[in-house]
Amino acid sequence: MRLRSFAEAIREGLEQALADDPRVCVMGPGVPGPTGIFGTTRGLAERFGPERVMDMPSSEQAMTGFALGATLDGYRPVIVHMRVDFAVLAMDQMVNQVAKWHFMYGGRLRAPMVFRLIVGRGWGQGPQHSQSLQAWFAHVPGFKVAMPASPRDAKGMLVAAIRDDSPVVLVEHRWLYGITGDVPEELYETKLGEARVARPGRHATVAATSHMVIEALRAAERLAPLGIEVEVVDMRSLVPLDADTLCASVARTGHLVVADTGTIAFGAGAEIAAVATERAFAHLKKAPVRIGLPHFPSPTTPALADAFYPRAVDIERAVAGLVGLDPARLPVEEPPHGPWRDTPDPSFKGPY
Amino acid sequence: MGGPAPLPDLFASMLRIRRIEEAIAKRYPEGEMRCPVHFCIGQEAVPAAICAQLARTDRVFSGHRSHGHYLAKGGDLRAMLAELYGRETGCARGRGGSQHLIDLEAGFVASAPILAGTIPIAVGAALSATWRKSGSVSVVFFGDGATEEGAFHESMNFAAARRLPVLFVCENNAYSVHSAMEGRQPAGRRIADMAKAYAMASAHADGNDAAAVWNAGAIALDHVRKGNGPYLLEFDTYRWLEHCGPNPDDALGYRTPAEIDAWRRRCPIEKLRRDSVPGAAEERALEARIAAEIDAAFAAARAAPFPDPRDLGAFVHPARS
Ligand SMILES: Cc1ncc(C[n+]2csc(CCOP(=O)(O)OP(=O)(O)O)c2C)c(N)n1
Repeated sequence: MRLRSFAEAIREGLEQALADDPRVCVMGPGVPGPTGIFGTTRGLAERFGPERVMDMPSSEQAMTGFALGATLDGYRPVIVHMRVDFAVLAMDQMVNQVAKWHFMYGGRLRAPMVFRLIVGRGWGQGPQHSQSLQAWFAHVPGFKVAMPASPRDAKGMLVAAIRDDSPVVLVEHRWLYGITGDVPEELYETKLGEARVARPGRHATVAATSHMVIEALRAAERLAPLGIEVEVVDMRSLVPLDADTLCASVARTGHLVVADTGTIAFGAGAEIAAVATERAFAHLKKAPVRIGLPHFPSPTTPALADAFYPRAVDIERAVAGLVGLDPARLPVEEPPHGPWRDTPDPSFKGPY
Repeated sequence: MGGPAPLPDLFASMLRIRRIEEAIAKRYPEGEMRCPVHFCIGQEAVPAAICAQLARTDRVFSGHRSHGHYLAKGGDLRAMLAELYGRETGCARGRGGSQHLIDLEAGFVASAPILAGTIPIAVGAALSATWRKSGSVSVVFFGDGATEEGAFHESMNFAAARRLPVLFVCENNAYSVHSAMEGRQPAGRRIADMAKAYAMASAHADGNDAAAVWNAGAIALDHVRKGNGPYLLEFDTYRWLEHCGPNPDDALGYRTPAEIDAWRRRCPIEKLRRDSVPGAAEERALEARIAAEIDAAFAAARAAPFPDPRDLGAFVHPARS
């Protein structure tokens, strides 16, 4: 085991990709700065110089065009947005230009770009700093969209995204940055478009994205003593979506819970549930259940945020409902490690 | 309004902002104000000296670093602190936190952290003020970083084209988070000078000198109020604390100790003290009044109820009026 944090894994992936291919460059406000985007770009400017690890003005829209323009000379830019919410300012360039760049010029041009979008959560990130808009990008033809949930995938999918000739949106959840896992030292790719069975089980499938994979694994762990084996499928990519792995799991378990970090309504979870329903309808014993955010903006006060974000217990309740377990038998939820549930661990002290 | 700067009043306003910010910073590590907070310590002169020249009906907008603007415009302190504490009595009922302050009674319309996000909204408010012939002026505060957003330029263009009553106020503290100006904006070009390209009036002044801010603001507001169109003010100033949060960040190394030191010696409050604006006895009385107000506001905020989780879906859509 070579234990690294999710943030370290990203940093290592970037460093190795920069060393491997002189056409790779990283840009965004604060990218070469002293705190290095939560550590994920720390030290890279020192090693590769300010042209390849580039600070940017707060001009999200134009910056996207700058990066697209640089692809004409073969560069492979990685754009970093500290929050998904800031990429919203770049939507015109992203949606109207980048995503269609290859298509609308008959395949003559390509946009080998990566967009690292960080989902904020907790400590009052609030309505403009915590949106999880993966569904927006997945909805637009031309983007690939990936949501790694483990350090190994964070590195491998980043490298795969950099080497991909399509524009790839990587949605990184801030609450994953501190988790650790085995990360191989060498430069490697994790193929985009392949889901992963993160935990096998016979009774119900929980197809999860990003941080909800952690919650799903927690739920599976807590349901196991009750004799309920939950299979956790880490979807890893939304586009391409690995319908085969998803449907094979549903075929084994007959039940599906979809847990996504975004809004339920019109969300990524809706697509996953729809694909499973279309393709594996015969195997489903009951209608799939979706877990995600209610159709409300995210509140700042922890008093509301705690009720806003779904957790392992919500997944447990959904599974209990599907497999016919009396919810009274569900384990009691552990108390929060602080006064509220708005931090991933006690070391997380805001204000970011 | 206009006339010579009422320095004792400005001193009182600045000191009040400073003490409130210090009180928040002191209590922040208790972990009860669970939202990102961007302190304006060191930058008090601009909010105080501009807002002191505004009528209640003039409308103020701001960004992430908005406590000073809110307070100087007469925003309710209790409602602000309750907002930081996430309480139902907060100015945005806890939904927004430090970055979404509002006090419509005081004419502080909105602050929001998306850079430049409120700039076009201020222009729109100025546009509708001309439709209504209300005589109300829009004032929008933002940092140097926000001037890099397209929305800022589109706003200046339109406001100038329609001669709208809007005052753009840039507090240039030379950094966007940890990034210095170099590479973000052309060397040697003042932010105020951008106005020229839009045929808009502008001025640049020392943002740590309350009298200078007042004077520049008086000229600008007179211009805007007379219907001569928008005005861009740029003030040099400096943020003392970290970009976000209650601590100094000298150790990060993006600002030299000499620079930090030089700016601390240019404290806008200390400057008025040096100029003997407040008498010692008056200042003691002022300190006591401010301290009492702050204590009462904290006590009220901390005693206030949190929003009820059953109201999670409130305010997503307005009730039919
Ligand atoms: C659209 C957008 N991009 C990026 C950010 C992240 N961000 C928050 S504050 C800030 C720096 C702003 O600098 P400036 O406008 O000079 O204001 P200051 O913080 O110095 O007061 C940045 C980049 C944001 N809030 N919104």
